[in-house]
Amino acid sequence: MIRVQDLTKMYGDRAAVQSISFHINRGEIVGFLGPNGAGKTTTMRMLTCYMPATSGSASIAGHDVFTESMAVRRIIGYLPENTPLDPLMRAREYLTFRGKIRGLDRASRQAAINRVVEQCWLGDFIDRPIQQLSKGMRQRVGLADALLHNPEVLILDEPTVGLDPAQIRETRHLIRELAQQHTVLLSSHILPEIEATCQRTIIIAAGKIVASGSPEELKQRIREGSRLIAEVSGPKEAVTKAISALGGVRKVACESQNGWNRLTIETTQDSDPRESIYGLVKGKTWSMRELRLEQGSLEEFFIRITAEQSGTAREEVR
Amino acid sequence: MVARVVALTQRELAANFLSPVAYVVAALFLIAAGHLFMSNTLIEGGEASMRFMLDSMAWLLVFAVPLLTMRVLADEYATGTIETLMTAPISDVEVILGKFIGVMVFYVALLATTVAHVILLFNYGAEDFGVVTYGYLGMVLLGGMYVAVGLFASSLTRYQLVAALIGMALLAVFTVLVDALASWQGGQWRVVLSYVNVLHHFKDFSRGIFDTKSVVFFLSNTVFFLFLAVKVMESRRWR
Repeated sequence: MIRVQDLTKMYGDRAAVQSISFHINRGEIVGFLGPNGAGKTTTMRMLTCYMPATSGSASIAGHDVFTESMAVRRIIGYLPENTPLDPLMRAREYLTFRGKIRGLDRASRQAAINRVVEQCWLGDFIDRPIQQLSKGMRQRVGLADALLHNPEVLILDEPTVGLDPAQIRETRHLIRELAQQHTVLLSSHILPEIEATCQRTIIIAAGKIVASGSPEELKQRIREGSRLIAEVSGPKEAVTKAISALGGVRKVACESQNGWNRLTIETTQDSDPRESIYGLVKGKTWSMRELRLEQGSLEEFFIRITAEQSGTAREEVR
Repeated sequence: MVARVVALTQRELAANFLSPVAYVVAALFLIAAGHLFMSNTLIEGGEASMRFMLDSMAWLLVFAVPLLTMRVLADEYATGTIETLMTAPISDVEVILGKFIGVMVFYVALLATTVAHVILLFNYGAEDFGVVTYGYLGMVLLGGMYVAVGLFASSLTRYQLVAALIGMALLAVFTVLVDALASWQGGQWRVVLSYVNVLHHFKDFSRGIFDTKSVVFFLSNTVFFLFLAVKVMESRRWR
C-alpha cells in the first residue's frame, strides 16, 4: 500500500532523511519510532505530497506521490504534527470547510461529519470555537478531519501528544479499530505508544532506518542484552568459579549478603544456560532461591541504537 | 474546481468578517475617504463629481489593501494550516483564486459603502451617472490589481507585518515612485513610466473615460501577480 524506495531529503547540506526504504501492506498498522529530529515528520511530509523528495521515490496505492499527487491526496488522511487548525472557526465549520475542499456534497458531508463526531467524541464541543478548545480536543478535531473522507491510508504524526492518559487509551483503541479498514502509519518518539498500537515498528534515527520488525522480533534482537539473575547460597569464590566455567556464560558478577550470593550473569549471544546452572547447583550442597532471565526492555534497546546512530552521525559531520 | 474555490472564498470572507483587523482598516479607510470628500467636494463651490474622492481613494488603498491581504497566506504559514491545505486534493491555483475572490468580495463590500457619498452628491448637484459608474468600475479593476499584489506579498513571508510592508512598497513603486521618476527623468522615459503608473491609468476612469488600454493594464497586472503568488507557493514546497 505504501512503498518507499531510497527516499532522501536534503536541507542544504544536511540530510534529514537518508535513503530510506520500506513497504507497508494494506491493513497494516505501522509505527514510526525515533527521537525528535530523526526525520519522521520529513518522511511523512514527503508521503503526503507536502514536500518533494530530493531523490528516491514513494508511492501510495500505486500512485507516485510526486507525479500523481492529486490521486494520492484523495486517498490519504493526514494529521500533521501539532495539529494546525484555524483558531477562529468552530469545529463544525472547520470540518464543513474541509469536507467541501475534499469535494464531498452536502449530504455525504453531513453524514461524514456525524460519523467522525461519533468516532472522535467531538459531541461536547463541536460547536465551540477552536481557539477555546484544549490541546486534546484540538487533537481530536484534527483526527476527525483526517478521517472525514474515510481514506484508505491514514498518516498520523504524533497522534497522542498532549492527550491525557484516558484519551491516550481511547485514541489507541480508536487507531487499532481503524486499522481494520485502513492502512495506518503513525509516528511517535515514545516507545510504549508504538508497542501498544502497532503490528510493526520502524525505528529511525538520524535520517536512517536502524531497525524494523514486530515488537517480538525487536525483542528477539535485544536478547544479547539480557542477563541472568541467580541467588545461590554457598562459598562465594567456589560458586562464582563454577558458574563462570559453564558453557554460554561470558561474565559473572557477584554480591554476597547473609550467606547468599546474588549473581548477575552475562551470557554469550543466543545461549540460555539456566538449565545447566540449575544442574550445577543441584549436584552440590548449595541451594538456590532465585533464577530468572532479565530481558532488556525495548526502551533500552531503542535508546542504545538511537544513541549509537546519532553518535556516528555527529562524527560524520565532523 | 468551482466548489473548492467557492469553499475557500467563503472561508476567506468569514475570516475577514471575524477578524478585527479588517474592521479597523475599513473604518480608518472610510473615515479618511469621508474626510477628503467633506473638505474638498462637499463645500461651497466644490466640483459636483466623485472624481476627487475616487482619486484619493486610489491613493489610500495603497496602504489599506496590503493590510487586508497581509493575513491571507502569511497566517497559513505561521499557524501551519498550509500543511493541511496543501495535502488536501486542491491545487495551488485553486487556493490562490479562492482567496483572491474572498478578499475581493470584502473589498467590493467596503467600496459599496462609499456609495453613500454618491447619494449625498446627487442631493446637491446634477452628477453624471455614467461618469460615476465608470469611476466605480475603475475602482474594482484597480482593487483587483492591489489585492493581487497584496496576496503576492503575503505569499512571501509568514510574518503579517512584513507582508503588509512588502505590499505597500510594491504598490508605492506603481504609484509614487514611477511618478517621481517620470518628472525627474523626463523625455522618452516619461512615456514608459506613465504607462506603468497605476494612478495615471485610474484617472481615465474617474473622469468617465473608458480606455481599453487601462482595462488591459489592470487585468494583466492582476493575473501576473496572482501567477507570481502561485509560483511562490509552489516554490516554498521545495525548501
